[in-house]
Amino acid sequence: MLLIVEQLLNGLQFGVMLFLLAAGLTLVFGIMGLINLAHGSLYMIGAFAAAAVGRLTGSFILALLGGVTAAALAGLAIEWLVLRRLYQRDHLDQVLATYGLILFFNEATTMLFGRQPLFADVPAALGGSIEFIPGIPYPVYRLAILLVGGLVAALLYGLIARTRIGMLVRAGTTDREMLRALGVDVRLLYTAVFTLGALLAGLAGAMAGPIFSVQVGMGEPVLIQTFVVIIIGGVGSIRGAMAGALLVGLVDTMTRAFLPGLLRSMMPLSEADALGGGVSSIAVYVLMAGILLWRPRGLLPAHG
Amino acid sequence: MRRMLPSLSAFAVVAGLVATCLSSGASAADPVKIGMITTLSGPGGYLGEDVRDSFQLAIDQEGGKLGGVPVSLLVQDDALKPATAKQIVETYLQGEHAKILTGIIFSNVAGAVVPDVVESGAFYISPNAAPSNLAGKECNPNYFAVAWQNDALHEAAGQNVQNHGYKRMFILAPNYQAGKDALTGFKRFYKGEIVGEIYTKLDQTDFSAELAQIRAAKPDAVFQFQPGGLGITFLKQYVQAGLKDTTPMFVSAPSMDWHIMEAVGDAAIGVQVASHWNVDFDNPASQQFVAAFKAKYGRMPTYYASQGYDTARLIGSALKAVGGDVDKADAFRAALRKADFASVRGPFKFANNQHPIQDWFALSVDKGADGKPTLKTVSKIFEQHGDAYAAECKM
Amino acid sequence: MLIIGLAVLLAYPLVMPLLGKPFLVGLGTRMVIYALAAVSLDLLVGFGGLVSFGHAAFLGLGGYVVGVLAFQLGADAPLFGLIDGTNQAWIAWPAAVLVTALAALVIGALSLRTDGVHFIMITLAFAQMLYFLTVSLKVYGGDDGLSLRRRNLLPGLDPRDEATFYYVCLACLVVFVALARRILAARFGTVLRGIKENQRRVSALGIEPYGYKLAAFVLAGAGAGLAGALLANQTRFVSPELLHWTKSGELLVMVILGGIGTLYGPILGAVALILLETVLGAWTEHWMVILGPILVVVVLFTRRGLYGLLTEKRSGIAARGADDGGGHD
Repeated sequence: MLLIVEQLLNGLQFGVMLFLLAAGLTLVFGIMGLINLAHGSLYMIGAFAAAAVGRLTGSFILALLGGVTAAALAGLAIEWLVLRRLYQRDHLDQVLATYGLILFFNEATTMLFGRQPLFADVPAALGGSIEFIPGIPYPVYRLAILLVGGLVAALLYGLIARTRIGMLVRAGTTDREMLRALGVDVRLLYTAVFTLGALLAGLAGAMAGPIFSVQVGMGEPVLIQTFVVIIIGGVGSIRGAMAGALLVGLVDTMTRAFLPGLLRSMMPLSEADALGGGVSSIAVYVLMAGILLWRPRGLLPAHG
Repeated sequence: MRRMLPSLSAFAVVAGLVATCLSSGASAADPVKIGMITTLSGPGGYLGEDVRDSFQLAIDQEGGKLGGVPVSLLVQDDALKPATAKQIVETYLQGEHAKILTGIIFSNVAGAVVPDVVESGAFYISPNAAPSNLAGKECNPNYFAVAWQNDALHEAAGQNVQNHGYKRMFILAPNYQAGKDALTGFKRFYKGEIVGEIYTKLDQTDFSAELAQIRAAKPDAVFQFQPGGLGITFLKQYVQAGLKDTTPMFVSAPSMDWHIMEAVGDAAIGVQVASHWNVDFDNPASQQFVAAFKAKYGRMPTYYASQGYDTARLIGSALKAVGGDVDKADAFRAALRKADFASVRGPFKFANNQHPIQDWFALSVDKGADGKPTLKTVSKIFEQHGDAYAAECKM
Repeated sequence: MLIIGLAVLLAYPLVMPLLGKPFLVGLGTRMVIYALAAVSLDLLVGFGGLVSFGHAAFLGLGGYVVGVLAFQLGADAPLFGLIDGTNQAWIAWPAAVLVTALAALVIGALSLRTDGVHFIMITLAFAQMLYFLTVSLKVYGGDDGLSLRRRNLLPGLDPRDEATFYYVCLACLVVFVALARRILAARFGTVLRGIKENQRRVSALGIEPYGYKLAAFVLAGAGAGLAGALLANQTRFVSPELLHWTKSGELLVMVILGGIGTLYGPILGAVALILLETVLGAWTEHWMVILGPILVVVVLFTRRGLYGLLTEKRSGIAARGADDGGGHD
């Protein structure tokens, strides 16, 4: 019983981490309609910059700031140089251009930092674990991630739903010409939103460094996972992204935790292991396909 | 109809272009060409880099020669794609007329290209990957594995746990062929109880579900095979979950090297490793290699580097025996079989299937003099250990 | 004109040995095979407006059909107790096409209930499922893949001869392109383009778009399946890597790089991408740092990829206007 509670908690926490990764992508992909495959690269840049600053200064706060700044700057640069010319173009042109950017960023990172993974550690203040449910020691750093994820969700939701910028962004997705007619500098607005998305990717990367491996190519698996989250939740909605992230986190964790054991009670050991491993690998994709067949626009789509 | 023209004419132009770019003619006086296919890009890139750098080091130490014979080393990145590796092999064999190929890091790439190489009459000398089929039924006179047979890595880890006297183990590996082989190899020599066995996802980033299961099972110790980045992630999260204080961790060599220790820091301390080589070996070959590698590249050599170096020196010993004439294939092969070189591992010889028979050692990660984690050799696990497939090989 | 163009392709394996580079014939074969896969994807993306991010699943499936049939030849028992192994191209290749077409029928029937970005992701989901299925097929090597002892036998031909095999692949490409042209020129193509432009209008005319889209999906899948069968023969190797999402991405890149909706453009895209990878890879280990920006530049400064670049240079603005008619003259 205690194990089930613990695994549920693990699932929730993984979900929040996925949301943190997905937050920037929701903004750019969901709200601006830009397919940015290089989002994973911005995440990688955040992680690498944070690890480098952390090594130089030994301060986690500075590392976090460094990661966020580097990713935001990189985002600003690619928006200014490349992506702003592609908003009007076909989605597929965006795909090709940002695919090219992935190749460039991966190799450039290799040339700058070398091929070996970088060191990034949990700050001393957030190290260790606490037992806030008796019998389940829980890493403090993971709680910090839960907190940051929740904070980002609240801020984004507030930004989109309550502020003037949010209103403009929402209006921009439905009718860009109207905005222009109202005298709004759409270009500047988009640059700002894209940079914010990059900043969030950098934040996710910097936060993820201490628990994942900081290595070249770390952005691509994350990219696919976060796309899945957003699609399940419904494109363009912060609430949807949160719902999708929690659902994916729970389903993924619970299948990994309990499916193999369940199968073992029903069939020979080796077959159960093979099947269990296989099924938990595809569980998330089955979930996505199932949800899309049931509700073709995702769980909580932004526009109706 | 005329639309087809541009693409076709472009095809012709670029075909000519690629032809001029991709190769050069060979003549008898040229140095012996050694074609290296290795993985340089992506998360596994540092493994290939170490093999390449140490191989180059061996050549540089002799002033551009191996075994007194001038050689030229060709290197291309396979990007961990078997199809790309096949293309590179084709260029090496037919375009460059190379007779000696080496360098592959990953078993799936090796499984795809090694048959092509040996069928063409060229030699493939593996500095790393050695899948079981190539050690057993499909062994080949032109195929040599310098490092180990894949399973041996995990057999040594199994015996290591056995020697430590742990009786209840929790074991886990990714759900792919090498992961399954790892756990099979481990169980071949570990005789105690398995209280939990998990196959994790290949693209897994979060291990909290598995860590909770480990905690619930209360094993004596954990054996994990999570190579490269997966291992870094797993180890970090293992320590953060507070498990390392209660449950010792055993790994085989690929899950712990200098780069991984750099990346995880103090979290690595206390991990028990089974390996065939370590930087602190006191034989002269190893000592001069470690010093030279550090001097040239400014970093610690991993065991991948030691394998690249041994591979180069082995090739050198055979080149010397045939005076640089690789076309004397039988003499060259016989010389390779003798393994007449000073391996950095100490005693080294080939079994009938041309895979190593060598000693295996227990290492542990300790805090070094500089405060950073370091690998220390503790004891011997196996004396002159071969592999489980040699009997199936009819050579 | 077509004759001249074809002549270039036909001459390639004859010219290479004359230049002293016979080993480059295999590179050409790979380009032709990927061109076939890219053209089949262009049918979907360029003409149906259906962006599939799971096309590599069909490429891999076709390859695995050939691989498994060859593997069964040496196995003790028939597959599922029914299917014996074979090494005959005239059985294995049609089988590959048939199996992928069936898979495309099932996947397409489900996926086409969504559209736009959701379609992209649901095709990815199905491809990932097939990818992990092949990874867990321990009998067939799991993620280590499956090697074929030799190429499939072709009646009266020697498939081991690179040039012969090149021509076989080229023939497949030409037949597929011709077939695609015929279909696109017919009512089917008109409806498909209509769906891409404005699905609602097509529906208003009393035409049910679903069936047309599904037919396009099956045709594209079958084309990729054939390419997969050829690829398995060319490399004598299949592995799950063929079905990985990065391979789907690569196929999309070939189509976009060459020119979406041009049918011939993707041929150019496949050739260019493989060529760039090969040449840059031979030149420097940091080839990706050069290839990436090249792709970006192509997007920024061309309208219809490389195809657009070439046609515009040749005949100026007129060509651009003509392009919008699609891939038939």
